[in-house]
Amino acid sequence: MAELMKNNLLPPEPPIVEETSSVFREGWRSFKKNKLALAGGTIVLFFILLAIFAPVIAPEGVNEQKLQERLQPPSSEHWFGTDDFGRDVFSRVLHGAKTSLWVGFFSVMGSIIIGSFLGIVAGYYGRIADAIISRIFDILLAFPSILLAIGIVAVLGPSLQNALIAIAVINIPNFGRLIRSRVLSVKEEEYILAAKAIGMSDHRILFHHVLPNSITPIIVQGTLAVATAIIEAAALGFLGLGTQPPNAEWGRMLADSKQYLMQAPWTMIFPGVAIMLVVLGFNLLGDGLRDALDPRMKN
Amino acid sequence: MITYIIRRLLMLVPVLVGLSLIVFFMIRAIPGNPAQVILGQLATKEAIDSLTKELGLNEPWYTQYFHYIGNLLTGDLGESLRTKNPISEELWPYLTATLELSLVAIIIAIVVGVNAGIISAWFQNSWFDYSAMLLALIGVSMPIFWLGLMEQWLFAIQWDILPTAGREDIRNPIDSITGLYIIDTLVQGKWDQFAVVIKHLALPSVALATIPMAIIARITRSSMLEVMRSDFIRTARAKGLRMFWVVYRHSLKNAVIPILTVIGLQFGVLLGGAILTETIFSWPGIGRYIYEAIGYRDYPVIQSGILIIALLFVCINLIVDLLYTVIDPRIKYNK
Amino acid sequence: MKRKKWSFGLFILSLAIMMTLAGCSSSEKADGNGEKGSTLVFARGGDSVSLDPAIVTDGESFKVTQNIFDTLILFGKQNTELEPGLATEWSTSEDGLTYTLKLREGVKFHDGTDFNSEAVKVNFERWKSGNEEKFYYYNSQFGDVIEQINTPDEYTVEFKLKRPLAPFFKNLAMSPFAIASPKALKEQGDKFGDHPVGTGAFKFDEWKRNDRITVTKNEDYWNEGRPKLNEVIFTVIPENSARLNALKTGEADLIDGVNFSEVESIENDPNLKTFFRPSLNVAYVGLTTTRGPLKDKKVRQALNYAVDKEALLKTFYAGEGQVAANPMPPVVEGYNKDLNPYPYDPKKAKEILKEAGYEDGFEIELWAMPVPRPYMPDGQKIAEAVQSNFADIGVKANIKTYEWATYLEKARLGEADSFLLGWTGDNGDADNFLYVLLDEDAIGSNNYTYYKNPEVHKLLLEAQSTIDKEKRNELYNKAQEIIKDDAPWIPLVHSKPALAGNKTIEGFAPHPTGSDRLDTVEIKQ
Repeated sequence: MAELMKNNLLPPEPPIVEETSSVFREGWRSFKKNKLALAGGTIVLFFILLAIFAPVIAPEGVNEQKLQERLQPPSSEHWFGTDDFGRDVFSRVLHGAKTSLWVGFFSVMGSIIIGSFLGIVAGYYGRIADAIISRIFDILLAFPSILLAIGIVAVLGPSLQNALIAIAVINIPNFGRLIRSRVLSVKEEEYILAAKAIGMSDHRILFHHVLPNSITPIIVQGTLAVATAIIEAAALGFLGLGTQPPNAEWGRMLADSKQYLMQAPWTMIFPGVAIMLVVLGFNLLGDGLRDALDPRMKN
Repeated sequence: MITYIIRRLLMLVPVLVGLSLIVFFMIRAIPGNPAQVILGQLATKEAIDSLTKELGLNEPWYTQYFHYIGNLLTGDLGESLRTKNPISEELWPYLTATLELSLVAIIIAIVVGVNAGIISAWFQNSWFDYSAMLLALIGVSMPIFWLGLMEQWLFAIQWDILPTAGREDIRNPIDSITGLYIIDTLVQGKWDQFAVVIKHLALPSVALATIPMAIIARITRSSMLEVMRSDFIRTARAKGLRMFWVVYRHSLKNAVIPILTVIGLQFGVLLGGAILTETIFSWPGIGRYIYEAIGYRDYPVIQSGILIIALLFVCINLIVDLLYTVIDPRIKYNK
Repeated sequence: MKRKKWSFGLFILSLAIMMTLAGCSSSEKADGNGEKGSTLVFARGGDSVSLDPAIVTDGESFKVTQNIFDTLILFGKQNTELEPGLATEWSTSEDGLTYTLKLREGVKFHDGTDFNSEAVKVNFERWKSGNEEKFYYYNSQFGDVIEQINTPDEYTVEFKLKRPLAPFFKNLAMSPFAIASPKALKEQGDKFGDHPVGTGAFKFDEWKRNDRITVTKNEDYWNEGRPKLNEVIFTVIPENSARLNALKTGEADLIDGVNFSEVESIENDPNLKTFFRPSLNVAYVGLTTTRGPLKDKKVRQALNYAVDKEALLKTFYAGEGQVAANPMPPVVEGYNKDLNPYPYDPKKAKEILKEAGYEDGFEIELWAMPVPRPYMPDGQKIAEAVQSNFADIGVKANIKTYEWATYLEKARLGEADSFLLGWTGDNGDADNFLYVLLDEDAIGSNNYTYYKNPEVHKLLLEAQSTIDKEKRNELYNKAQEIIKDDAPWIPLVHSKPALAGNKTIEGFAPHPTGSDRLDTVEIKQ
């Protein structure tokens, strides 16, 4: 499912290796000029703020059930209407933002850390390590990813943390391969060979030379990966494999709305729009970052 | 070239073996006993124990695994624990159902995506271009299951013009030959059934097509823009409209490889990942087959099902890689 | 040029397809095998596992086998009274050890062979000598109690038992004990479940897995004038909302598994009507008597006072059914009419908790099932409501879900503090409820609360072997009194599962056991 969202067109080619700080300076300038990217960044920021301030904006019992007020259409009192327990959909959408962003961010962090580690080992030390690790990536990628995620959650038990773990696992190969190809290309560069020649330890080489050159694609990929992760989390929630009731989660809200499509379509529309907007934001942001930071990928 | 193919096929083996091992262990790590599922609320401890024994589930794991692999090598995918039917028989209609859905979705994605991308590029920065690209971005950001629900709500419930479930009209069942109903109904000359099949395919295939369509549109657009910017085109453009087809052809050539890559990736995703769409539209596909099997702890079905999908996915990618060489002779696979 | 033509060609093709779509309107109503009026499409949520009634355990299988086979004795139209089926008369000996039935004459199986006492014997011997894990229901209802089966003449069967079994004839009316054609059993062996042959109102035609099962009218059915339909197609639509939609568009004529929340809108639809199964079930919160604060009877009683059952009935069951006082529904003989449900009294609940030493409440797990069950269409939502009720008296309930497979197993092993569950009766006998669910013998089987009470045990065992109806009912009444006081459960409701169908359907009477005979159904134009 990670592939689903891979809207970078080709596997990233190793870019011209530049000094990191100037890349960022240049990047920021061109980023500012890119209107869509700014829009994306704004959306993301907006949702982050919403998530943080959700308890303040919508303090009334998110999980409080008022069975008399079930399935009411949007009104001035309930901006997004009520669900089948009489709960305010608007509040639940806000609280769902917190859940989704949390899962999105931390699962991607997990993927990045583990994926990068594996990628570095595979790329730098080559041979057997590479063979084994690359095969592991192949296996993970050959596996239909949503089924793998379902399997992992089934083993660990349905909960938000386990959904996070599952999503982190299925996205590992993406970062792993990315870092590995970076390492492979950088490894043969002259200045690396030179550093090795003067006896610099592998450790230092990795941290001071290889990693910094991988930061930009990680940032770009990472942002786009958050978009995918949020959708994957919602998918697991939709299947009932994420956070458990009564907590608010967008995917779960969509699943609950299925039976009420005819009577209360608002319970389906608003959580879905929320997912779409957040993901759109991250996609725009990721696209913008890529355009800004990687001079090779031009429009 | 042949050596390349052979080498790729050989690399398949450890991947598939690794995959089958992971599946084998993972599903047995899921709490819950298939015997308990089969017996449901009728289960007594004795009944569960004896059924477990009959299903061969209390043998050591290596016995079970080698038994399974042994069968696989003779083409026997095993038997469903629940229905006792051979999986190779059971699986086929589900697989063809998903294949048909995926194929139609990919075709829609290509036809609409390519043309949209081309028009967007040709009329760059027009309202069409902006709206198309915006739609593409939105399409890529939408969760499929939500799109499916929205489609259902609009077309089936509000406007009542398209069906929400299944592949065919229950009262007028289709005689399946290949399992691909479009072909089956055409071959039998049954036009009314053909129309019904198309109607049932409409909503789910559009939902599945959305993301690949969006990606393809963007790729086509940027590759066409690249072609358009190149020198010889710029000079030739002054010559007028007929240049359009030249540009069109070159853009397609340029875009074919990334589009093929996308198709390769997406196809695998569609096969196994269609479970969400199949759930919403009650499409009797393989995603659902495996998902339900997980619920029933039907180990052989899960193992064989995932293996088949993975095999298909890997084969498609191999075909895509081979097609690269056919399309662009500059790409050669040497050591 | 090749590529241009290729993609252009696709473009034209898609245009052509769209025009076909627009052109052909709704041919959806065309019928395959008969006139529209006499084919019934019955859509349900899952496929049958097998059509051999003796080896299956799931309701979806019985739904179909009920129409292909007959049992010796039939249940009443919408109750569990006994009526003649393949047997016309039956009697018990004084000592309760011999059960004799007179069989109906002139009945033939679908393959033309005769139905007679030999056929009955073949079937029973098959179940008796088969593996335990194959003939589950035979094992659980009869066990080893049948010693011998005699066939004194072609149309008389005699069962000799080791000990009296009060529900014997009620058991015979259960779907798993339908009579199959011995010839077909022999010829098909293990494949019988794919090509069933019985004496029923409908003959098996074809089965496309997870898609549909088609059965056609048995012209030589022993009950003259039945069935009225030419054909029934059982089809599978897993999603509740999709199934309902299929009904609305006319793709399906009859559906089950209707959400109670949809009942109102269906009844308002001029083309549809609702049907309700008379209640033979119970939905309850199990309070496992071996865990934590639940070990204390008082705590369990307090929790009983805390739940607003009326609200649950109204909100989640559309008011169809009744609040439960006892573990079994009123239609079951032996039901104790004198017992009332625990009233909704959160204040009293708090008092009792205080008495028990839990003034500040406590924390427990509340398990909810993720799948709809006939007695509880939405466990998760009901769990949330119960959680809320508990919170009002200071008890914090953490809702946990496991997949259905895992759920049952863990509950059976006694791992749940409190859990939602239910039970649909198989034969309308009190033993089928009380003994199966609450007796100490059933711990490790269906007694998930690990409830043990030696007095109740004595009463239930005695009732099993008491043939005299009045005496039996007395025993069961006493048992229910004790159970209410011990409160191993919070009985919630006895629900009436909802079905829906086209207005033109007549003669459909959903059966309390969940397996419906469709021989009286017709579609009026």
